[in-house]
Amino acid sequence: MNKYFSSSNMTGGYGGVDILNNCGIEVNQGEISVVVGPNGAGKSTAMKAMLGMISLKSGEIILNGKDISDLTPEDRVAQGIAFVPQTMNIFSELTVKENLEMGAFLRNDNIDKTIEDVYKLFPILKDKKNQLAGELSGGQRQQVAVGRALMTKPSVLMLDEPTAGVSPIVMDELFDRIIEIKNTGVAIIIVEQNAKQALSIADFGYVLVGGKNKFTGKGSELLNNPEVRKAFLGG
Amino acid sequence: MENFEILNALILLANFVIVPAISYGSQLAIAALGITIVYAVLRFSNFAHGDLMSFGTMTAILFTWLFQSLGITGGVLPTALIALPFAIVVTALLCLLIDKSVYRFYRKQKSHAVVFMIVSVGVMFILNATVRFIIGPNDRTFFDGEKFLIRALDFKASTGLEEGLTIKSTQLITVIVAIITMLLLFYFLQKTKMGKAMRAYSNNEDLALLSGINPDRVVMITWIIVGALATIAGVLYGLDKSFKPFTYFQLLLPMFAAAIVGGIGNPIGAVVGGYIIAFSEIMLTYAYKKFFIYLLPEHLEPSGLTQFLSTDYKFAISFIILVIVLIIRPTGVFRGKTI
Repeated sequence: MNKYFSSSNMTGGYGGVDILNNCGIEVNQGEISVVVGPNGAGKSTAMKAMLGMISLKSGEIILNGKDISDLTPEDRVAQGIAFVPQTMNIFSELTVKENLEMGAFLRNDNIDKTIEDVYKLFPILKDKKNQLAGELSGGQRQQVAVGRALMTKPSVLMLDEPTAGVSPIVMDELFDRIIEIKNTGVAIIIVEQNAKQALSIADFGYVLVGGKNKFTGKGSELLNNPEVRKAFLGG
Repeated sequence: MENFEILNALILLANFVIVPAISYGSQLAIAALGITIVYAVLRFSNFAHGDLMSFGTMTAILFTWLFQSLGITGGVLPTALIALPFAIVVTALLCLLIDKSVYRFYRKQKSHAVVFMIVSVGVMFILNATVRFIIGPNDRTFFDGEKFLIRALDFKASTGLEEGLTIKSTQLITVIVAIITMLLLFYFLQKTKMGKAMRAYSNNEDLALLSGINPDRVVMITWIIVGALATIAGVLYGLDKSFKPFTYFQLLLPMFAAAIVGGIGNPIGAVVGGYIIAFSEIMLTYAYKKFFIYLLPEHLEPSGLTQFLSTDYKFAISFIILVIVLIIRPTGVFRGKTI
């Protein structure tokens, strides 16, 4: 039985080199799946493959029971998958509000309510709505990036290292907001370097090594697994 | 009498420097906007822009002749203003054709910006030859209607001043059309969904794709706007002075200087840059002798022309400004992208 959004048997990578070797990630609506692992394990690649930014040699990607493996990234976005890249994830020369409007580019209905919802989630964005996004602090930029992704009212939200380069306080705050988003019924996949904190909010965790699923299990199980602790969480 | 001397000096300056610089600056601003938008959205320096202007102007002239032969004229206004919308449509279609047959290939290859620039030089030669083939290389005036708004003689008669002020109707038309064009363009870029999408695509192409912005549509709209801007700038310049294909090619330097000085990729910068270049060019090549004779006591009057550079060297001024800006502030007055 597949979960709401799932990938399986993914093999492939950039050019001729296979970064992913038969790996798979799944997530249900209203749950958070976290992908952790050492550098070069293929965490971000797996996520990009699920969005269709990498052509796979094999593997299938299922959204709500439908095979979307052949869709382009743009079409997958239209199907309700939102993606927040790790870098260059905002329109720095546009205002905060324009960033949100661009997130909703594909929508033809009224987006005012969704913008209000994003402002409710990230109140600082309302205060700075007419400021250029590039002039905001690192944590605020991440909020703009997540807010932009939410504008399509996605059923799946994928975040590539959302806490990279932000302070621990901002990181906790951001994780709290991500939990709030989860509680609205969105399926969330997070790729993280800060494995301990990320696994602690995860419903399900994946430890990727060499493009393979090395450990999978509930977030709390992985956190308490001595092998995982020793290898990836610093004891 | 002292006051009249100052007034005379100011009128002299307005007549030979300020009024011509405002109208030339407006023409440069519209032209530089075309260059800066290609640079911002399509990410290359379009060397064919001068000849695109020349093509647009030629089309407007052909339509003007057609209308004149049909007995349609603009009355006191030049007939070319009626021809302008038709010329814009033809030039925009040409831009789309060129993009489809030339630039799209290199975009698919994800070619480097330098490759695009060289390709645009090729397009420039083709357009250049096409224009000369159709209308010839000669100088042409296609202005009709009422020539002057204020004549020097009338001005002198009504004010009693020694100096006359001439304002040509084309100068006023230039300023009005330029202001309308800029307002429409800035409204489009700042307020409409497609305009914002163009800015978003220019700022972060990958994220624009992730947001569902269709790149082909952005490119198409961009070329339509560029074709319109090139035609408007070319027709305004041609009405004010005259149409000669080679002159339009030569305009590339002040146009690029305007775009870069203002901050390439930044539309407001292109407008400001246009006026900076126009004012520098005219102020530095004007002979101030008469101006000083009005203002200074007799024993201080200059014996020479007090001209910084001969008008033959006006292109050198754009060049010098360009070099200085690239050395001191490569992003331009307004924060643009570095070249």
